[in-house]
Amino acid sequence: MSWLRAGLAPILNRWMRLTRIRIISQAVFFALFVLAVWATWTSRLGGYPVSALLELDPLVMLSTVLATGYVYKLLGWSLIIIAITFLFGRVFCNWICPFGTLHQFISWLFDNRSNSKRIEQNRYRRAQYVKYSILLVFLPMSLMGALQIGLLDPIVMMYRAMATFFAPIIDTAISKAGVVTEEVGAGVSFINALKFAPGVESRIFVGSFWIGVIFLFFVLINLWKPRFFCRFVCPLGALLGVFASKSLFRINRIVEKCTDCDLCLTRCEGASDPQSLVRQAECFACMNCIDDCPEDALEFTMFRQDRKQVVPHPDMSRRQMVFAGALGLVAAPALRNNGLVNDENFSAKMIRPPGSVEESEFLERCIKCDQCINVCPTNVLQPASLQEGGIEALWTPVMNFHIAHCQLKCNLCSEVCPTGAIRRISVAEKLGEGPYREQGPVRLGTAFIDTTRCLPWANQVPCVVCEEVCPVAPKAIQTYDEETKDVFGKMVVLNKPFIVPDLCIGCGICEAECPVQDQPAVYVTAVGESRSNKRKLLLRSRTPARPV
Amino acid sequence: MTKPKKYPHDDYRGDFLSRRELLKRMLALGGVGAAGIYLAYAPEDFPLSLHDQSGLRGMPVETPFQLPDFRVQPVNPGIQVGVGRGGDTRTMLLKALDAIGGLAHFVKPGEVVLIKPNVAFDRSPNLGATTNPAIIDTLVRLLLVDARAAEVRVADNPIESPADCFAKSGIGAAAEQAGGRVYLPDANAFELLYTPGAKLIEQWAFFKRPFKNVNKVIGIAPAKDHNLCHASLGIKNWYGLLGGRRNQFHQDIHEIVSDLSIMIRPTLTIVDGTRVLMENGPTGGDPSYVRDGNAILAGTDPVATDAWAFEHLLQRTGRLPDYLYMAEQKGSGKVNYKDRLKVIT
Repeated sequence: MSWLRAGLAPILNRWMRLTRIRIISQAVFFALFVLAVWATWTSRLGGYPVSALLELDPLVMLSTVLATGYVYKLLGWSLIIIAITFLFGRVFCNWICPFGTLHQFISWLFDNRSNSKRIEQNRYRRAQYVKYSILLVFLPMSLMGALQIGLLDPIVMMYRAMATFFAPIIDTAISKAGVVTEEVGAGVSFINALKFAPGVESRIFVGSFWIGVIFLFFVLINLWKPRFFCRFVCPLGALLGVFASKSLFRINRIVEKCTDCDLCLTRCEGASDPQSLVRQAECFACMNCIDDCPEDALEFTMFRQDRKQVVPHPDMSRRQMVFAGALGLVAAPALRNNGLVNDENFSAKMIRPPGSVEESEFLERCIKCDQCINVCPTNVLQPASLQEGGIEALWTPVMNFHIAHCQLKCNLCSEVCPTGAIRRISVAEKLGEGPYREQGPVRLGTAFIDTTRCLPWANQVPCVVCEEVCPVAPKAIQTYDEETKDVFGKMVVLNKPFIVPDLCIGCGICEAECPVQDQPAVYVTAVGESRSNKRKLLLRSRTPARPV
Repeated sequence: MTKPKKYPHDDYRGDFLSRRELLKRMLALGGVGAAGIYLAYAPEDFPLSLHDQSGLRGMPVETPFQLPDFRVQPVNPGIQVGVGRGGDTRTMLLKALDAIGGLAHFVKPGEVVLIKPNVAFDRSPNLGATTNPAIIDTLVRLLLVDARAAEVRVADNPIESPADCFAKSGIGAAAEQAGGRVYLPDANAFELLYTPGAKLIEQWAFFKRPFKNVNKVIGIAPAKDHNLCHASLGIKNWYGLLGGRRNQFHQDIHEIVSDLSIMIRPTLTIVDGTRVLMENGPTGGDPSYVRDGNAILAGTDPVATDAWAFEHLLQRTGRLPDYLYMAEQKGSGKVNYKDRLKVIT
């Protein structure tokens, strides 16, 4: 048998290494992530855990727990990642995280440095403490009710950029390819099935360009400093670094074998100084250094760790910690006092998806992952710009009824929300049917008629598209019917619409379908939304005679 | 006497550009320049000229297409509308078709048939806002098995999310289980349709993709109340093939519906009277608005079909909707259905 072992040994040495398995793990998790974004669509969402990577994200759990005091739905799954980190260190960063995989891939693809330059590039830098500062700014902010980790959390950034920036680009490309396949007679249905959003003309996302620019900035900066985001910015990496400083396994240098050649730095992903005192909180456990060490002086182990050869903790002084934390404590009220998120000065266009909790509660939960925006079948959900809710509500979901409307029997946004900003509601609860009859339907806002722009009211032209499409029964848009002679002497019947606010649920289909497109003559504003007691419009709803 | 100055590169010999080489370069530059000037400034009708004096040459020109006439005369041209009453949907549909000659008379083996149901809204079938999926199921099976059609397609451009509308109305599943193919309006599915004689939609974006190589077209509409035009029946159903900003058409609803009657000349117009939406149309929203009309109509004259449905399914008396008279004037059929209609009970 020895000849067999001798023959297999080179093959096994080449392929059965931890780094190979790591690359497979990275590819699998990256593919799962893309698949999850792709499956986040009305025709595919058959109960699949499309937001699972967000629910596995410990930073999402920790910050929402700080903000709300509770662990929503499946967020407890992130304890798995925390447990893994306590066992093996920051393996999440280099084995699972799709953003980390992207950074590593781009860094590898465009790296034309010499080995000696690479070694210099991968030395630990003092500035790597910045990510801990970012974490220490965000966590007290969450505690104060201003959840902003989504701006820089890598998983959230991936979901947001993929859904609002890359998916529409890819869909456009597939549409163009479909024109070609149709021309050559191969049909289009097979190629359209690949789209992120099949069965609709095209999707737009307000402000998605800037989401893409920020994302691409962090991707392209790898050309200057490899894994810049992971080493210097990532607040999730910082959180896992804190846990990793207590991990059982770590890279251990056997000093007696080491020749100080520094080759272990050639491909060190975390810039964690394996050549001297390994920085346990910085190490991604990528295992490259073990591969690269010509003397077998490095091992990933929990036994016989040399306690003189390690710096376990993040490299941050107490003064820096206090300063960052204080900044976070000040930032939260500063953002809130900016004045767009209160009950006196709220934006009329801050219309939240059905199932959303009251606004200040909403901002304690929403991480801006934009999964709701991705799943929305009509494209009405859009990332908020600075106009609706200022910086605090940037990229949170708002309804834009210029683009589309909220579909009556749809509750998909509430199903994919990982944090409960949009609470999971059934269609029956949304419509106020069955057991929810007493509390009534979810109202997103209230429609109003602008009689100075409405064709029958202002221009003697028949219309009432709004009344036709109004989905509630009985209709919340009724008409005053009036036969009159128009300016050209022709008899016309004008059905002049008016709103019955008791019946209006604010779905916005009237605004979306109004032919006065640019500034619709019927429009929905947030007042009367049922999620808030302080934004009520009517003292009591007059109840219709039928249906009962 | 001064010493002659010593230059450091005294023994250097350069490689100098020849006269021939210089002339070649000048000619090449002149040629490229002349070609550029020709492309930019030659009069528009010169070959290869890119000149655009008016700015209109660069405007996109979309050449519209025309739809063929899908009509087939019934076996007995005197009977244009069949009404089937009594029994389940399959029985009623067969009765209605038999009254005008049976499905095999209209669809020949190997043909490609397009069915246009009304899937306008994201509603469950019992609310009467969309076509009853049971009829879709029956018709697709009849077409594929009895009439031996090569392919049956089902297409509509709903007001709400197409995928959701087809799913929750039950029509997508019914069509696919019966062996049909559903076409959703993706990007690039629309092209400009030319309808000679139409007042409002002489040229308008039309859901073209499912019409490729189609031989026969059948519309299946539910009978619905409609505030503005009083009734949404077989002709109004073709609205769902329009693209563009079609919501302007409510400013002249009767003109557009009568235009629809000449936009497409369907093989058959089927009106589904199993769940008649009597009020709060066309969206409905409550089962109490829905009445069992106990009838299915199949007609080769869409105007007469709609006229009977208006009086007997929606149970309206008095004048018919204006668009039916206008459709008659445009030559799409006759309002008077008496003696041209056969009821099988």
